[in-house]
Amino acid sequence: MSGNAFAAALALLPDYLGQHVVLSASAVLLGSAISLPLAIAASRSRRLGGPVLAIASIVQTIPGLALLALFYPLLLVASNVTVALLGWRIPALGFLPALLALTLYSMLPILRNTVAGLSGIDPAVKTAARAVGMTSRQSLTMVELPLAAPVIMAGIRISAVWVIGTATLSTPVGQTSLGNYIFTGLQTENWAFVLFGCVAAASLALVVDRLLAIAETGFSRRSRKRLIAALGGILIVIAASLYPLVTMDVAEVTIGAKNFEEQYTLSALLADRLHKAGFRTARRADLGSTVVFRALASGEIDTYVDYSGTIWANEMHRTDSPGRKPVLMQVAQWLRTTRGITALGSLGFENAYVLSMRSDRAKTLGIRTLADLAVYAPNLTIGGDYEFFSRPEWKSMVNSYGLNFARQRTYQPTFMYRAVRDGDVDVIAAFSTDGRIAQYDLRLLADPKSALPPYDAMLLVSGKRAGDVRFLAALKPLIGKINLSAMQQANLMVDRDKRTPEEAAHWLAGRIVR
Amino acid sequence: MIRLRDISKTYGGGPPALGPVNLAIEDRELAVLVGPSGCGKSTMLSLVNRLIEPSAGRIEIDGVDMALCDPVQLRRHIGFVFQDIGLFPHLTVAENIEITPGLLGWRRTDIDSRVLDLLKLVRLDPSHYAGRLPHELSGGEQQRVGIARALAARPKIMLMDEPFGALDPLVRDELGSEYRSIHDQLGITTILVTHDMTEAMLLADRIVVMRSGEIVQNGTPQALLDRPADSFVQSMIDTPRRRANQLAQMFGEAP
Repeated sequence: MSGNAFAAALALLPDYLGQHVVLSASAVLLGSAISLPLAIAASRSRRLGGPVLAIASIVQTIPGLALLALFYPLLLVASNVTVALLGWRIPALGFLPALLALTLYSMLPILRNTVAGLSGIDPAVKTAARAVGMTSRQSLTMVELPLAAPVIMAGIRISAVWVIGTATLSTPVGQTSLGNYIFTGLQTENWAFVLFGCVAAASLALVVDRLLAIAETGFSRRSRKRLIAALGGILIVIAASLYPLVTMDVAEVTIGAKNFEEQYTLSALLADRLHKAGFRTARRADLGSTVVFRALASGEIDTYVDYSGTIWANEMHRTDSPGRKPVLMQVAQWLRTTRGITALGSLGFENAYVLSMRSDRAKTLGIRTLADLAVYAPNLTIGGDYEFFSRPEWKSMVNSYGLNFARQRTYQPTFMYRAVRDGDVDVIAAFSTDGRIAQYDLRLLADPKSALPPYDAMLLVSGKRAGDVRFLAALKPLIGKINLSAMQQANLMVDRDKRTPEEAAHWLAGRIVR
Repeated sequence: MIRLRDISKTYGGGPPALGPVNLAIEDRELAVLVGPSGCGKSTMLSLVNRLIEPSAGRIEIDGVDMALCDPVQLRRHIGFVFQDIGLFPHLTVAENIEITPGLLGWRRTDIDSRVLDLLKLVRLDPSHYAGRLPHELSGGEQQRVGIARALAARPKIMLMDEPFGALDPLVRDELGSEYRSIHDQLGITTILVTHDMTEAMLLADRIVVMRSGEIVQNGTPQALLDRPADSFVQSMIDTPRRRANQLAQMFGEAP
């Protein structure tokens, strides 16, 4: 099994490592290109120097993940502006937000070291540069920068190591990186994957750190040999990681997925069918519900599976619940008319948010419905995924039943199920297709007032693919072919049996043919 | 001829650090500015090649107002030697010396032969020293390179700010007298700043004694010895004289 996981991880390495290196190298290059002139200007003007370093220090205190998350809405706004003004959309997802956030992140060490390097030069040497007849620019390029070079290089080195580490966090904004191993591994409890991702990112950082250290001593010891060796080494690392990306076919279609197992499996299933229909495919996983929806609306991804109730409550802001069929129809119509998205139909199962408790505990307290739960809620703790408590469905549930919990906690879905099993929380907002409901013997609490909408899994296609017959023909056979028990079993394969989402997708595909 | 006309320098809103002073230095003269720390002698030196700009007055070289020159071009044609030497630590001896000719766009072959000549002039063996870095050299050797660098573009004027002040006494006397012969050999004009009256007496054609930003006396060493302007000049001259007498008594010789 672990050999299997290692082979699976290794197969993904060319893509993940290549994208990680391209992203990190671009960010450090862009960061240096901005920081060096800025630091030179800052070191020559005290009025500029203070604020520049202060701002860079503040940026550095923002957690890397938050910085990445901030660029998504910023680019979304910018994207709307460019669409309105130029009729052209800048991508808010993927490479660009990751590049911008990491560039900002890379700047502080370069700025700080350049300013320190330049201001640490013996004033006598600077006066000598003027006295021998150098202009201010000649003094900078012939004397000050060469003397500060080892310190500046040390800054670039620190920056590169930081960026390579932080780049693993760019997975949730839709940029593939070595972080994909870590995020996917965490979600599917595939620790071999997590470890593989850590070792790969750390090794890359270590190699780059060593190479840049050689460059640093090359500058301080005036050794051209060392500089050439370091530069050559860096170029080899970049070229070696780029090679598979260049030779790899450019993806024609991109399949999105949110951040849980079922979504990984379904995106693998969609990718497989499209691949067999002759499309070159790419997948972007671990996207938030709103992020993936916007990406489909803007055409940055071509297809993914969403749940009717999610769009009903979050995008259409509906709080009523007229039943499965009407919701499906109204959502499909709303998507077509307001977002230009085609809903191909329901896959055939529902994956609802359902408040659940351990059976033994529910039995002891005599809780069967949300109305029963409301009585005990003030003494209970509830756990949900990252999105749940900020979603309108939660508010509507709270209002309908007067739920008032003692505490609420958020978890990565995998850990949420463990938390309820181990008694860390009493109630969780489980996914009704999740295999762990059966595995951990959880009781699903009924919703007699229909506070929650239905959550039929819908296959959605972006506007630009609406007329692509070959594309639609590849996906249409999936409609109505996956029932609840099939999806639950596929999820259990990943959760309990530690099979990869691709294996689960393969198994699901086999069921569809029959 | 270098002529300072009503030159003064004021820092901030305080009293003038220098002047107003008037001074004329003849071609081929070796003039020494001497006085205690803070008397304005280094400021006066730095005004000549416009490392510092005067607050009032003007400086003429051969009748041309220096304020009308491009300061960068001006500095390329005036040699400057520092007490703390200021060699570029990342450049070799040869690379340091060839800086100014390089800035002036000399041909490579001319530069190379100039570096060889200069190393010989300051008595450093080119084959041994040309490729070395400043930190590998002794203080005296470094200042020889500093002098060679200042002379590289064949300046007519040399400015030297306490050039031997940081060296040990033996090296200092040796380098001082060597410089005096280089000065004579090249036929240049030198302004040298020192606080050491003995050094001034031994090297100068003209001594300019300064105190608190003003010139107290301006004359040949002999004139100073014969007719000190006031008790301040007298006391400055007395120091070397007293030392000479002490030495004479110790060795039992007539001064």
